[in-house]
Amino acid sequence: MKHAFAIAMVVTAVPVWAGEVTPSSVSFDEYGAVTESLTGVTGDPENGAKVFANRKQGNCLACHVNSDMADAPFHGEVGPSLDGVAGRWEIADLRGIVANSKKTFPGTIMPAFYIDAGYERPLEKFSGKSLLSAQQVEDVVAYLMTLTEE
Amino acid sequence: MRTIATVCTLLLVAKGAVAGEDAVLDIEGETFITKTAAPAHMENVDTIFSGWVFRTDETQALQLDDFDNPAFVFVDQALDQWDTAEGSAGKACSSCHEDVSEFEGLKAKLPRVENGELVTLTNLVNTCVTERMGAEEWSYSGSKMSGMTALIAHQSRGMAMDVKIDGDAAPHWELGKEIYYTRVGQLQMACANCHEDNYGNMIRADHLSQGQINGFPLYRLKNAKINTTHGRFKGCMKNIRATPYKEGSAEFKALELYVASRGNGLSVETPAVRN
Repeated sequence: MKHAFAIAMVVTAVPVWAGEVTPSSVSFDEYGAVTESLTGVTGDPENGAKVFANRKQGNCLACHVNSDMADAPFHGEVGPSLDGVAGRWEIADLRGIVANSKKTFPGTIMPAFYIDAGYERPLEKFSGKSLLSAQQVEDVVAYLMTLTEE
Repeated sequence: MRTIATVCTLLLVAKGAVAGEDAVLDIEGETFITKTAAPAHMENVDTIFSGWVFRTDETQALQLDDFDNPAFVFVDQALDQWDTAEGSAGKACSSCHEDVSEFEGLKAKLPRVENGELVTLTNLVNTCVTERMGAEEWSYSGSKMSGMTALIAHQSRGMAMDVKIDGDAAPHWELGKEIYYTRVGQLQMACANCHEDNYGNMIRADHLSQGQINGFPLYRLKNAKINTTHGRFKGCMKNIRATPYKEGSAEFKALELYVASRGNGLSVETPAVRN
């Protein structure tokens, strides 16, 4: 266990705890959904909102309008608005889209937030690392599930 | 499926509303081509736009009058450099070249292949610096080089970009095209994802342009200096968390040729002003 922990430290952005699904072992269904929680720990929507807005973390506002954050400046318009997104998707769909949206939308510009391999020419410091941790993905998904208003 | 259709509709609406699309770039009585039909080699774009049309009214205004354009401070410094002797030969640019205006038209044709090598304006200047002046090579995007290339490119201002993409240029152009469409970095994005698929859309506070380089070298408000194409490519690659190619590398020169060719038909604006 100790050995496995050390290896996990090397290949992911943050420590991988026992029971956590690693980026390479996420199980997507044929539509790109991920049914199982990546951590087994219920997502924290409050922290998810922070990760969502943080430019060094999710930076989701760079591309998506989100009226729930109307006070934050500069919402992007590269992706669709996330208003009411909880009513359009199941939690498993959203988890899959955040983890690796290319499984749901082949060819999308949206980065995969929970992969750690397959990058071409990554900057050295990001090589072998995922954009978000498993718990951050769960937290963002929990936050998205609060966006029920169209 | 409904969601995908909605996304497509949103994108189309956004594309139709490119801000400033009909704004006219007119400098001292000369009207510039900032919007024209895409060159035939572009498969996915019908109309090409100068980056100028995507900028705010305030940024656009800075380019309308050369006295307001902060780039000219650096162009004037380059004019002094033009007369400054350097190196073992003790020569200045002006020792061999009567007037910088003799380079009218050069920027519109660059990069191009000379003696089997793809050369940029920076390469041509450095050939003079090292071979004729006997001086140390100027750094690729340093202030001396960015100023001098801005001064020389400025002589072509108003002329249409017209780089050659066939014949001996073809392999370089193909390499540049491949780089343009290759997803790189932790964010796994290609030039095309933003500058072909999403121009006209906002990404945070920035209005995505087509990534045209007809205005380079140009002044950026962001860093208050003259910026080179290779410096800009490097910045873009770092933004998507990719390891940039080296300035002056075969890859960036090929990319410069390809991107320049996507702007064939737009007026040279050097020195342009951007955010």
